[in-house]
Amino acid sequence: MKISRRTALQGTAGAFALGLGGFNFDFTRASAQAPAVKRGGTLNFAISAEAPHYDPHASDTYATLHFAAPFYSTLLRFDLAKFPAVEGDLAQSWTVAPDLMTYTFKLHPNVKFHDGTTLTSADVVATYDRLRNPPQGVVSTRRATFADIASIETPDPSTVIFKMKAVNASMLEHFASPWNVIYAAKDLADNPANPRTKINGTGPFTFVEHIKGSHVSGKKNENYFKKGYPYLDGFKGIFTLQAAAMLNAVQGGQVLGEFRGISPAERDRLVQTMGDKIRIQESSWTLNLLVCFNVDKKPFDDVRVRRALLMAIDRWGGSTGLSKISTLRSVGGVIRPGSPMATPEAELVKLPGFSKDIKKSREEARKLLKEAGHENLKFVLWNRNLAMPYTPAGIFLVDQWRQIGVEVEHKQSDTGPYLATMNAGNHDVAIDFSNLFMDDSSLGLAKYLSVTRAPENRSRSKDEQLDKIYDDHLRERDPEKRKAMIRAFEKRVFEQAYQQPLLWWHRIVPTHTQLMGWPMSPSHNLGQQLEAVWLNA
Amino acid sequence: MTIALPDAPVAKSRQPNVLIEFCRQQPLGAVSFLIIAAMMFAGIFSPLVAPYDPLAIDFASLLAPPSADHWCGTDAFGRDICSRLIYGSRTALVIGFTSSFVGSSIGAILGIASAYFGGKIDDWIQRFVDILLAFPLIVLALVVVAAFRKFTVGGVDVNLIVAIAIPIIPRVARVVRSAALSVRVAPYIDAARAAGYSHTRIIFRHIAPNVVAPYLIMLTAFIAQAILAEASLSFLGLGVTEPTAAWGLMLSGNAADFYRQAPWMILFPGIAISLAVFAFNLFGDSLRDFLDPRFKV
Repeated sequence: MKISRRTALQGTAGAFALGLGGFNFDFTRASAQAPAVKRGGTLNFAISAEAPHYDPHASDTYATLHFAAPFYSTLLRFDLAKFPAVEGDLAQSWTVAPDLMTYTFKLHPNVKFHDGTTLTSADVVATYDRLRNPPQGVVSTRRATFADIASIETPDPSTVIFKMKAVNASMLEHFASPWNVIYAAKDLADNPANPRTKINGTGPFTFVEHIKGSHVSGKKNENYFKKGYPYLDGFKGIFTLQAAAMLNAVQGGQVLGEFRGISPAERDRLVQTMGDKIRIQESSWTLNLLVCFNVDKKPFDDVRVRRALLMAIDRWGGSTGLSKISTLRSVGGVIRPGSPMATPEAELVKLPGFSKDIKKSREEARKLLKEAGHENLKFVLWNRNLAMPYTPAGIFLVDQWRQIGVEVEHKQSDTGPYLATMNAGNHDVAIDFSNLFMDDSSLGLAKYLSVTRAPENRSRSKDEQLDKIYDDHLRERDPEKRKAMIRAFEKRVFEQAYQQPLLWWHRIVPTHTQLMGWPMSPSHNLGQQLEAVWLNA
Repeated sequence: MTIALPDAPVAKSRQPNVLIEFCRQQPLGAVSFLIIAAMMFAGIFSPLVAPYDPLAIDFASLLAPPSADHWCGTDAFGRDICSRLIYGSRTALVIGFTSSFVGSSIGAILGIASAYFGGKIDDWIQRFVDILLAFPLIVLALVVVAAFRKFTVGGVDVNLIVAIAIPIIPRVARVVRSAALSVRVAPYIDAARAAGYSHTRIIFRHIAPNVVAPYLIMLTAFIAQAILAEASLSFLGLGVTEPTAAWGLMLSGNAADFYRQAPWMILFPGIAISLAVFAFNLFGDSLRDFLDPRFKV
């Protein structure tokens, strides 16, 4: 299967012409007759960051998932050919009660962990108990997601029943989250922190080794419960922390792909040098950068200052320019532009910070700063020390704010101190990120909830009105009413200007044409189990 | 018999001007001095000299080649490269001169103290110098800059200055010590000791002035090294941060992505760094030749 850029563009145009724009991808699969699957071989691929630990429950970085996903299974998962539809992974079948208060999963029989023990419903219970109520010393970043679960029952070893406290219209999608990998109950009983350093899953590959600074490798799980899979004999994820090293490795064939995403310039270089040996797939991305004000610090406790700074940003102009040199592209609100629940452009431009008349907007911004008594505002913009796309975003923002007389010092640091500074509330203004795996609003809106509920809200805002709209929208099953609530939520967030998406990312994934069966999606967190990947060597 | 007395005023007029004499004896040094002077002028008067704001983004002029509007072209953000080079000379000189001055001065003090006191103090200082000398300048600077958190004063990265200054210390200390050792045994130092002068007075009034020549030469030579180190650290992402105009930084980041289609993005900053390093090195050499009487024999 080979997709050239021209094929992709033609396919995209065709899809839109057929009214299939709602399908969300702007890439297509080649319709040519697929070659027969070839088994065997080892896939070498690049991972641009090294996993801080092995536990996806405690992580929100792709570095952990690209490392660990091939070793694990989840209850459900996203069907990437029909995204955002879900399909079973460990669950052979499932039913949802009409009132959305009960979810029943029937597990595949004879599923074995890599250590040889059989998976039962008790393992699912232990995993979800850890996710929703982690023991002392264990981190679960999905604790709030599963707060609506009242109890988990196991009538027999292959059946799990989740009883809900309240309706959560997105619960099924959350069961498909790639982060909720299933651990063995006995491992968790031995030590709940075991998964941070030990891998024992039911996934298509078994763990071989992790050489820090070099690679992680896995070999085919001969007892994998999906018969006939995986196709590969093994894989090796090679850590290429420098973009230049990664590009050279792809170009030289040492790795056959990088599954997170590269910049347009890097794409052009690979296409230019590799010609028809490289396949480029593109999609919009469920990932955005946010401008985030620490409302606990003066003068950012003043909504006029926050709003003025957002109004000075020419997102539309920035989108045009930055999309040529970085992975930043689309202007959007709290939901990914182009997805079903996203705010259309005509409505978006009416919200603070999204006006297309940037001159007028900046005049208003100056007035607001003057009213607030901060005409000569100076502050530090805290940013992550990652070239793509954090540095271009920082350069852009510094320039935008200078145009209303605001002086900004741009500070960049490595991921650890960057997150630690923001989590401790020591920043003035920061470029934060929202890393989503689906478009559902229950996930996308959560970052804007009061910090008491959402620790990942680095603006540290507390807004009961927003919390209430969010909770009401979770219970709402009528899509139109839900959409209206999302709009109200978004309007409130942007009027209060706690934090606001700068631009949404655009995903560009390079793979060698001999690499087959890898599924492209709008999220780099999905599709990394690699069981259907094969090499057409 | 008459004795012809020398004509005092005429003799005075023959006393050569130091600057003219330097230019006459060291023409290459004079050229390098002119380059340094031009750099200093551009750095000090950047806002007057630069045709554009070095931080102003202009996506309409993205990756524009050199032209009458943009003499050195524009970068991936449409920023004028010429203006960024001019402002970049400020960064290079501030960090280059400050770190070289701090490193050379501390090194000179240690070198003189080591030579003057001798014994265990000399041993301890020299072993410490040996340890530091075991690391190449850029490696030691990398370690220091990575070990400490970024700390800026007035927009100047103090951590970076310290990182570059520390590797300079042992190199200057070793050279100055050797110069001070020969001064220490001079009769006038013994006379000063016999007169009961304090160590501080002897060091600063009698030894230091006699090691000024090697100190100045090292100071000048290490400005070039410091500029190169600053550029290297910025290139590696450990120096100054975007959007500050700095030569090393101009060679990294987007330049690595676009150098094929916009070679001017790396060409001009590369020339600027090479020219500055060349000028300071040449000036240091010329100064040594000019000041050291052994080279005049």
